[in-house]
Amino acid sequence: MTSPDDSLETVRAVTSETYKYGFVTDIESDSAPPGLDEDTVRFISAKKGEPQWLLDWRLQAFRHWQKMEGPQWAKLRIAPIDYQAASYYSAPKNDSGPKSLDEVDPELLKTYEKLGIPLSERAALAGVAVDAVFDSVSVATTFKAKLGELGIIFCSFGEAVREHPDLVRKYLGSVVPQGDNFFAALNSAVFSDGSFVYVPPGLRCPMELSTYFRINAAKSGQFERTLIICDKGSYVSYLEGCTAPMRDENQLHAAVVELIALEDAEIKYSTVQNWYPGDAEGRGGIYNFVTKRGACRGDRAKISWTQVETGSAITWKYPSCILEGDNSVGEFYSVAITNNLQQADTGTKMIHLGRNTSSTIISKGISAGRGQNTYRGLVRVQPKAQNARNYTQCDSLLIGDRCGAHTVPYIEVRNPSARVEHEATTSKISDDQMFYCQQRGLSKEDALSLIVNGFCREVLKELPMEFAVEAQKLLAVSLEGSVG
Amino acid sequence: MLEIKNLHAKIADGREILKGIDLSVKAGEVHAIMGPNGSGKSTLAGILAGRPGYEVTEGSVTYDGRDLLPLAADERAREGVFLAFQYPVEIPGVNNMYFLRDALNAVRRHRGQPDLDAGQFLKAVRAKLKELEISDDLLQRGVNVGFSGGEKKRNEIFQMAMLEPKLALLDETDSGLDIDALRLVSNGINKLRSPQRAMVLITHYQRLLDYVEPDRIHVLSQGKIVMSGDKSLAAELEKHGYAMLGDAA
Repeated sequence: MTSPDDSLETVRAVTSETYKYGFVTDIESDSAPPGLDEDTVRFISAKKGEPQWLLDWRLQAFRHWQKMEGPQWAKLRIAPIDYQAASYYSAPKNDSGPKSLDEVDPELLKTYEKLGIPLSERAALAGVAVDAVFDSVSVATTFKAKLGELGIIFCSFGEAVREHPDLVRKYLGSVVPQGDNFFAALNSAVFSDGSFVYVPPGLRCPMELSTYFRINAAKSGQFERTLIICDKGSYVSYLEGCTAPMRDENQLHAAVVELIALEDAEIKYSTVQNWYPGDAEGRGGIYNFVTKRGACRGDRAKISWTQVETGSAITWKYPSCILEGDNSVGEFYSVAITNNLQQADTGTKMIHLGRNTSSTIISKGISAGRGQNTYRGLVRVQPKAQNARNYTQCDSLLIGDRCGAHTVPYIEVRNPSARVEHEATTSKISDDQMFYCQQRGLSKEDALSLIVNGFCREVLKELPMEFAVEAQKLLAVSLEGSVG
Repeated sequence: MLEIKNLHAKIADGREILKGIDLSVKAGEVHAIMGPNGSGKSTLAGILAGRPGYEVTEGSVTYDGRDLLPLAADERAREGVFLAFQYPVEIPGVNNMYFLRDALNAVRRHRGQPDLDAGQFLKAVRAKLKELEISDDLLQRGVNVGFSGGEKKRNEIFQMAMLEPKLALLDETDSGLDIDALRLVSNGINKLRSPQRAMVLITHYQRLLDYVEPDRIHVLSQGKIVMSGDKSLAAELEKHGYAMLGDAA
């Protein structure tokens, strides 16, 4: 795999060219009027030139959605969202967003500097309307050629619909059905684009696949749809997101990710979510309502979710595993940070269906400022899941005395041979720990970063190396100003 | 090196703990501060190291020619003030070696020295372990996590050796040690005595002073130094106990 520096060079090179592939340039002048009805769905599908079956699928989802209500059970305070006020198909407009970096929240710019984001990318991440947008689609095409030689498909969702309709049709909605939940139904009706991956039998994908190289414009992320299929005996590691805080004027995000691992296949899915969390007073900030689910369809399949959630004003997210195959394995490693007025309700579901299935859940929640952090997790062992095993560990760390941490485990066991363990701790960063580090010469910020990174170590070590280093820096930046 | 004049301090609930301390420690000297429980020994160490929770109401502390009190705890540490904790703090998930390397590099940067890379650091660690005759079994564990009392104190002495402070404050470093651990720790302290370094040993018991011979001994009682003398004072105290302070206290 090329080094990150090489990739950035390539990115710089391509951004000076105008974009010449696909539909992106076509849509620039178009947008749907605000509001959501069947015509909106038809409009989106037509704009994307989709086949009839997919339009029907979207409409079916829309009809489900109309009968549904947003979930009320999460420990989140959300102002009512007017779904009719938004536009569900809008091309990037050059006159929306800030005109230049001078108009961007200076705190955001400071953060970019601390994370070492190259100058050339800062404007694009901050949502400034620039001509040469950080356009990584072209980079992806160079990777794609290499992967294509091996038979691995890695492309945008729209392209997959055109080029590989059979695969899409077979698996789309097979893990997260259209009517699964309110936000998944909304996504299914109006999804914009996303990623598609297929790894053929017996193949180990030789590089980490990353959406970082795929999202074409900052505003395409609102209703993303990702579908990853690992055929028998194959392996892929997929990275989503990037460590830079991404600004987006779409406040509501509702993505759906579906993973399918067949016999002996393994999917490792890592996320760093750092959407704009809003300012210190809680103004602005993304509402992130994501449905992520993987199915271990075959025996001995394995799906592993690792997430570092530091951004968004509201995070509602439960990456889950359905362990259908015998001896299949599900893992969930999570770090979630809430600072200022951020709220997170996140966790996982491990559904044991096959025999000898096992799952591991390690969740680290960190609350600072007035942040509220909830772990919500379900472990369900069905009657046929003989000898199922689960180990759950939920640790919460509090910084300051105005934040909150909550742990809500649901355990449903319907087979007497199951072994399910749950451990939970809540601790506070003590003045003694801070003083000890400072007495050895570390600044307050370094001391906090060290203690928090120590707390998250079990999760961070699951991240791919490059990502892990960035994530450590990110934790420190996310907690800035949280100790007096 | 250290000049304390008429130091008064109180804690959060308003109680005055130190009631006028005068103390002068020169580079190369080792002073012991003894006294009964609650006499203010640990408060004094805490104030010198910059521990939060105390308020100095009167008096001054001069360290290496400058006013120590306005400096934050981490600035003091980088300037060469080291406190060996009575109760070293656990930091789960943080490797002892990484912790020490971060700390050492923070201090080195302050001194205008370049950071040590992993190889150089390891070399320095090995040399120091050998010098102090202590084993390397603690290095790969979490900072103080699951350490026995003796291991924690040994780790403090090792950190002190690596950070090479100008002023070392040792708060009850002998408490809770069995005789072998006491000997090991004392040996470390003796090896770190140097003409450039001032040391203040805070102890409740006289037994540490059997191994580490101080230049001066001070007895603290009810927030004041009530007696000062040479090492013979320790033997005196041992014989009569703190009760001998009687009127003086």
